[in-house]
Amino acid sequence: MYIYDDFDLTLVAERVAEFRDQVARRLSGELNEEEFKPLRLMNGVYLQLHAYMLRVAIPYGTLSSKQLRALAHIGRRYDRNYGHFTTRQNIQFNWIKLSDLPDVMADLAEAGLHGMQTSGNCVRNVTTDQWAGVAPDEIEDPRVWAEILRQHSTLHPEFSYLPRKFKIALTAAATDRAAVRVHDIGLRLHKNGTGETGFEVMVGGGLGRTPFIGKTIKPFLPKRDFLSYIEAILRVYNQYGRRDNIYKARIKILVHELGAEKFAAEVEAEWRNIKDGALALDPAFVADIAARFRYPDYKALSDNPIELKRARAADPKFEGWFRNSVTPHRTPGYAIVTLSLKPEGAPPGDATSEQMDAIADLADRYSFGEIRVGHEQNLALPHVAQRNLPALWEALDAVGVATPNVNLVSDIIACPGLDYCSLANARAIPVAQELSRRFKSLDTQREIGRLHINISGCINACGHHHIGHIGILGVEKNGQEFYQITLGGRADENAELGALLGPAVPYAEVAEAIEDVVAAYVELRERPNELFVDTVKRVGIEPFKERVYATR
Amino acid sequence: MPLVRNGAIAEDRFVRILDDMPVPDGLAAIVPAARLLADAGELARRNGALGVLWPNDRNVSELTPHLDRLALVALVFPNFRDGRAYSQARIVRERYRFRGELRATGQVLRDQFLCMLRAGFDAFEVSKDADAQAFAAVVSRYSVHYQPAGDSTPSMSMARLSRARPAAVLAEMPRQD
Ligand code: SF4
Repeated sequence: MYIYDDFDLTLVAERVAEFRDQVARRLSGELNEEEFKPLRLMNGVYLQLHAYMLRVAIPYGTLSSKQLRALAHIGRRYDRNYGHFTTRQNIQFNWIKLSDLPDVMADLAEAGLHGMQTSGNCVRNVTTDQWAGVAPDEIEDPRVWAEILRQHSTLHPEFSYLPRKFKIALTAAATDRAAVRVHDIGLRLHKNGTGETGFEVMVGGGLGRTPFIGKTIKPFLPKRDFLSYIEAILRVYNQYGRRDNIYKARIKILVHELGAEKFAAEVEAEWRNIKDGALALDPAFVADIAARFRYPDYKALSDNPIELKRARAADPKFEGWFRNSVTPHRTPGYAIVTLSLKPEGAPPGDATSEQMDAIADLADRYSFGEIRVGHEQNLALPHVAQRNLPALWEALDAVGVATPNVNLVSDIIACPGLDYCSLANARAIPVAQELSRRFKSLDTQREIGRLHINISGCINACGHHHIGHIGILGVEKNGQEFYQITLGGRADENAELGALLGPAVPYAEVAEAIEDVVAAYVELRERPNELFVDTVKRVGIEPFKERVYATR
Repeated sequence: MPLVRNGAIAEDRFVRILDDMPVPDGLAAIVPAARLLADAGELARRNGALGVLWPNDRNVSELTPHLDRLALVALVFPNFRDGRAYSQARIVRERYRFRGELRATGQVLRDQFLCMLRAGFDAFEVSKDADAQAFAAVVSRYSVHYQPAGDSTPSMSMARLSRARPAAVLAEMPRQD
């Protein structure tokens, strides 16, 4: 948990005052919508199909119980009693009134929350592994670096009007759970030959209409140069990124057009000018930021306590949940618990205000008051004593967040789509809901194994369909909703973009087509634990294509 | 269009010279970039302060041989969403150590004043009168900022290091058994 001090709180409070003035000027007509738009966007306020939407930043996906209660309060007081967790570790409220927004921001600010950097052409909320700081396979806590970057990029005077939005993700683990290769900048903490820790720097990854996997332009960047090098990348992008065409404005296009080597050389030249200046990181500064992260006072416990063993043996339902939703922790006797926000038939990632309050209470009781938000649109309690798992499970089940489908076929990632989003071509949420009903049997889901379905309502790819094992993209054909299906995408350290299965299928047939794909996989796999993506890699698209289009 | 200089509304002593208009002797004049590069010698021999209007898609490194003789560099925001001139401003101020007037022109609105000021601008051709009147209030909205930039105010990161542990913490983690 990062603890805000009076500097951070002052800045957020001043931001609220500024926004209050901007809303007042918009309401009085002094600002027109065109002038107001970038200002509201810089505070996370979008205009959607039916209402304004507010996106609140959850830096690197870490929330305190107090903050989660503040979000529950916003949902209850100003919205329709729920919030929607997004694929970028943020939360969105879909039904906020413009005139309420300054008060919403003020209420959020009291809990150290805000909407800065959740939209607009600036450096967006920096994301990382939702298990940062507790995962056993990490070399250090990447959130310290995410926080340094968050501070540096907040209201940055030079980079608030970039050609386009800019997303940065960080990982410090062997297994990449932050999808760093599909970000504008991806950073991977690792050790070089001499045992020093630094960063591999990747640029130009991204999804959207022209998806790219990021290219490594610096295999090893010393920690001291972390900010100056990123500043150099941003400066090159700010000056040379395309501004003539919104679809070509992301850094991935600049990197692609210049070539990764030429781009790297430009960055290098700029960096040489600034690397020994004010941005060279003083270890004392890094230590100061690190010291603001509070870690729980873990007890000396051992793994597999008797309470856990007994419950696993006694209750198959508990055992099923345990095997699915509980992950090893770096501290003996503790575990990371994922809370599925994907119950059968519900919109992925939604949580009601009552659920948020209940989860906040459970976090206080069982997880040192801390909650995590993952890009899969689920929540996690990161510090649960294993002996408390049976009691926690019952409590989670009572509020509907213990569906044991994490990483299974019904753990679907979906963007808001045509139900809310003014850019959408097609619905995404109802497709997810229908699929979760068709695959509701947990036995079937376990038998299928790990399988990620990602759905986007348009080419902007907020549902990350390119990197879903199965990707579903809504397109429009003669005014009808159609869906393109891609197979074999993945977001981890072997990131790959999915391959197109064949012609798009209409709304009424998409769920059935996915059932066909899954059935084909079950027949094609070599052994029960060959993952879907591995089968696709081995046999290619053809056999799936035959199966799906044979009857269409 | 009102001019704000050093924080207050001020008289603009510079005249704008378009393309190949003659540059009158004895007057402070702003010439286009191409003119400066073409007629540098001649312009240097005249009396009167000289400024240049530099477009945002031209590398500012071309300015370096002339900076000593310039009293003003005007950078352009064709619209407020086009942020290229922020980078140019920082390079001109921080790397080339230009100490003359650095002027923001184009669509210059109040909600960008602070970014511009922090990037090193000290003069602003403001698009709206009301915004110019509000300048002082707008730029003092924030008493803190995180990062070091072109202005010389200390950043939070430095200020934090120079004092004791944080006074106010928002939430300590609950203890539990
Ligand atoms: S992918 Fe398209 S439809 Fe979905 S949220 Fe993004 S912009 Fe909207």
